Amino acid sequence: MRAFVFEHASDTADALARSAADPDAGTTVAARTQYLAGGTNLVDLMKLGVMTPAYVIDIAALYDELGSIDATPDHLYLGAMATMADTARVAAVRRDYPVIAESLLCAASAQLRNMATLGGNVLQRTRCGYFRNPGWRECNKRVPGSGCAARNGANRRLAVLGTSDHCIANYPGDFAIALVALGAQVELVDVTGATRRIAFEDLHRLPGDTPHLETCLSAGELLLGFRVPAGPWTRRSRYVKIRDRASYDFALASAAVALQLDADGTVAAVRIGIGGLAAKPWRAHRAEAALTGQRIDEASARAAADSEFASATAVGENAFKPELGRRTLVRALLEAAELEVSDE
Amino acid sequence: MNVSLNVNGAVHALDLDARVTLLDALRDHLGLTGAKKGCDEGQCGACTVLIDGRRVLPCLMFAAGTTGAITTIEGLCDSDSDAALHPMQQAFLECDAFQCGYCTPGQILSAIACIAEGHADTRDEIREYMSGNLCRCAAYPNIVAAVEKVRDASSSRNAKPALSPTGERR
Repeated sequence: MRAFVFEHASDTADALARSAADPDAGTTVAARTQYLAGGTNLVDLMKLGVMTPAYVIDIAALYDELGSIDATPDHLYLGAMATMADTARVAAVRRDYPVIAESLLCAASAQLRNMATLGGNVLQRTRCGYFRNPGWRECNKRVPGSGCAARNGANRRLAVLGTSDHCIANYPGDFAIALVALGAQVELVDVTGATRRIAFEDLHRLPGDTPHLETCLSAGELLLGFRVPAGPWTRRSRYVKIRDRASYDFALASAAVALQLDADGTVAAVRIGIGGLAAKPWRAHRAEAALTGQRIDEASARAAADSEFASATAVGENAFKPELGRRTLVRALLEAAELEVSDE
Repeated sequence: MNVSLNVNGAVHALDLDARVTLLDALRDHLGLTGAKKGCDEGQCGACTVLIDGRRVLPCLMFAAGTTGAITTIEGLCDSDSDAALHPMQQAFLECDAFQCGYCTPGQILSAIACIAEGHADTRDEIREYMSGNLCRCAAYPNIVAAVEKVRDASSSRNAKPALSPTGERR
């Protein structure tokens, strides 16, 4: 591992002040200044030599400010420094937003969930083997303009939605898929202390011809927390994850579904996120539009999945993934429709 | 960097490079080699220790960023006396829950936390919540049996664990 200067931020203002000196802080994998929260992704990538920051700013002390979880009638607020394990344990999350609890509990391992924060979790980087191994010269995400070794390489696990000629890496996380489905917002603070709130769907960027720019975060900008709007669909929600192993593995395909059904079973509202298959946390707007006003059955779910995956592009070993994605979404929709949901 | 680590009830002052992980600090600087270095990248669980009672992976933590009370396998029983093994250690022996033993310290600490969290109600739940600890000898059935044994012994002594079980993944 490359040597670095290890700094400990005492609070949010201190963290922002420390990163302000670097005009690129945290904006790319190559930035010389990086924030360290739970460390489960950054420390790993530093050991691999993928990330070689000169300055690491430990923000663990920000837990006191940013670790809270609050449920109100309007929304669920999740502090960016709350751990995955603690969030999944909150009764209001499990009862009223089961898709969030499920997405957290089927991710990583119990140990990693005790360490990893929600902010760091949504910012975790792709597991593309060419990104994670600096022995490969070609990776446009790691070294802009160097090419994409994955396109003609081992790409079984990589993305089929939202990719570009320059990058087919998939976004690996689960929690972000629940957030994007539920139309969450993310609160940010920049180095001047100014805060903004944006749609979580807009936090991550599609790769296009700049796959090294993974988010819209400005230099040094910190995640404060996530605001998930309440709605009659959140209780009838489900996260289905398909992976090679029965546990402790990244998704090959996943679907987050939240449903509001009228008394006659027609869909009043539906929210869908797709994971494992896309370049960023993917909101399935086409599938949502196809289902609204329909009854959920195998045929309508399949038609919705077909509409969403019409634009899917496989490149080789991942040719099975569009169909796996369709079936995953169909299963999630059918399971969500069958959930017993209490009104209490 | 000056680093203070609270390990198994004793506070140690160390002067470490910023790059030293908590795992390397324990093994190479404090001589506590019970926490094993398996993958060294957070995928195998062999290094599992408890910090303030919670199981974590010291291979993915910098020593200079570590706070809290660390418990390693060496801290489970009092080595100054002839105290009996920790019940989980005893259960691993009785259930033959290991072959080569390399993953065992991590398995034992993870198993203790698994029960304390309330995540040991069923065999499926134990398997799910122990999935972060790999055993290449595949002693899994006996590891699950050891967890059940300690769970049953402790639940007959105490009330249910404070934390309610979460997770119903299949």
